[in-house]
Amino acid sequence: MRQVYLDNSATTPLLPEVREAMLPYLGELFGNPSCLHSWGDAAREAVERAREQVAQLIGAEAEEIIFTGSGTESNNFAIKGLALAQQAKGKGKHKHVVVSAIEHFSVLYSARTLEKWGFELTLVPVDKYGVVDPEDVRRSLRKDTVLVSVMHANAEVGTIEPIQEIARITRENNILFHTDAVATAGTIPVDVKELGVDALSLAGNQFYGPKGVGALWVRKGVRIIPLLDGGVQEGGRRAGTENVPAIVGLGKAAELARMDMPARIKRLTLLRDRLLTELPQKIDRVVVTGHPQNRLPGNASFCIEFIEGEAMLMLLNSQGVAVTSGSACTSRALKASHVLLAMGLPHALAQGSILFTLGIDNTDEDIDYVLEVLLPIVDRLRQMSPLYAKFTKAGKGGK
Amino acid sequence: MPIYSEKVMDHFMNPRNVGEIENPDGIGEVGNPVCGDMMTFYIKVKDNRLEDVKFKTFGCGAAIAVSSIVSEMAKGKTLEEARKITPQLVADELEGLPKNKFHCSNLGAQALGKAIDDYLSKKNKGGKK
Repeated sequence: MRQVYLDNSATTPLLPEVREAMLPYLGELFGNPSCLHSWGDAAREAVERAREQVAQLIGAEAEEIIFTGSGTESNNFAIKGLALAQQAKGKGKHKHVVVSAIEHFSVLYSARTLEKWGFELTLVPVDKYGVVDPEDVRRSLRKDTVLVSVMHANAEVGTIEPIQEIARITRENNILFHTDAVATAGTIPVDVKELGVDALSLAGNQFYGPKGVGALWVRKGVRIIPLLDGGVQEGGRRAGTENVPAIVGLGKAAELARMDMPARIKRLTLLRDRLLTELPQKIDRVVVTGHPQNRLPGNASFCIEFIEGEAMLMLLNSQGVAVTSGSACTSRALKASHVLLAMGLPHALAQGSILFTLGIDNTDEDIDYVLEVLLPIVDRLRQMSPLYAKFTKAGKGGK
Repeated sequence: MPIYSEKVMDHFMNPRNVGEIENPDGIGEVGNPVCGDMMTFYIKVKDNRLEDVKFKTFGCGAAIAVSSIVSEMAKGKTLEEARKITPQLVADELEGLPKNKFHCSNLGAQALGKAIDDYLSKKNKGGKK
């Protein structure tokens, strides 16, 4: 059976070149970068080269890059570490943070933790396409606001946020601005100077690097309180022996992403647009979620009415196709996607969420195949659905 | 490791008794789209036995498998026997359900019970006429 992986927002595969670059550091070059002998020298050199590669990807200085264990850690570090540093600076008077309602849980729940620590939190809403209005951010600011965090793009619905406009507002008000660029760094152009942000998170497994490694960029001169104490690694900002092979892989993936980005975007966009246009042509009562144009090149997300996403996911899996869903049934907590709900989608419609995230290995034949197998799956689930039965009966009865 | 047992997968992939019954003797509807799962059971009763059971379900793989197995378990049973089908029995018959899905998707017994209630209340009303 044909195998079609369309869950690249969960993780991308590791590029062979990246794996090759990592292998020596899982073998003979096993040294600890903190050590002063030649074993340590080799490892340190590799980590510093990777730091350069990651810095180049986002137009930053190498010394501004802090390696972390994941995008989630980078987000936790940014939200808690920056807010605490600002609070310390303001002698405890500064305690308000602003994040958007569609942030990844690693941002949202870090902000919730800050609330438990005495901070106050404002959630900025989004429109039906998942776009944050910069004016809403402006209105949410207070005298004691220390930090704003809005993601560069949302991985679930693909919408790209107006980061530059928001940065203009935070800068006018002298407030720190972090962006979670896990969905964008290595995928679309990300330049920290152009964006105008103060801190930015990224993760290796979103652009064909390894899992278990991420980075936080913090603009030079911006203070951050470490989450992990007890070592001098990463300039004293993130203690713990570095995951050298993963960092090397992240660096290599960053270099490749930078070189191949225009070609990758072109390819992904063509495939994505096929899904975005052909799927709603083939299946009635389908809603495209996220911004129609201003979206990630590999993201095609939908809600298919009257059926549930996990059932679709599992039937697609039985046909060799990997996708994901934001339905309540798919989540371990059994809650519908907070992103879809924040965009104003009703619960029943959000249950029909299905998300295709394309990768550089996907082909036109993959798209043909998915469209071919999805149609009977949707039909089959609709034939089982009491909601669909009600809909068709209402239709027949002239409404 | 897959989250569902082989039996759940079998009943999800090949659900038994999907559909509606024309002029059913009883209908039972449970759930709402907010919690994620909705089930409608249709029953045909003859001589106090469930002659036919059919269902329609909006929900996850577990919800569909639960509906399917409940319909299978109930068919041919007397109303009293059918009422003894509990969510635990359903889960056991399916060789287990994921812990977090035990309550939300395991509504089949309840939907069947409601269909029986519906049948009995119609019957009683009919009797009074």
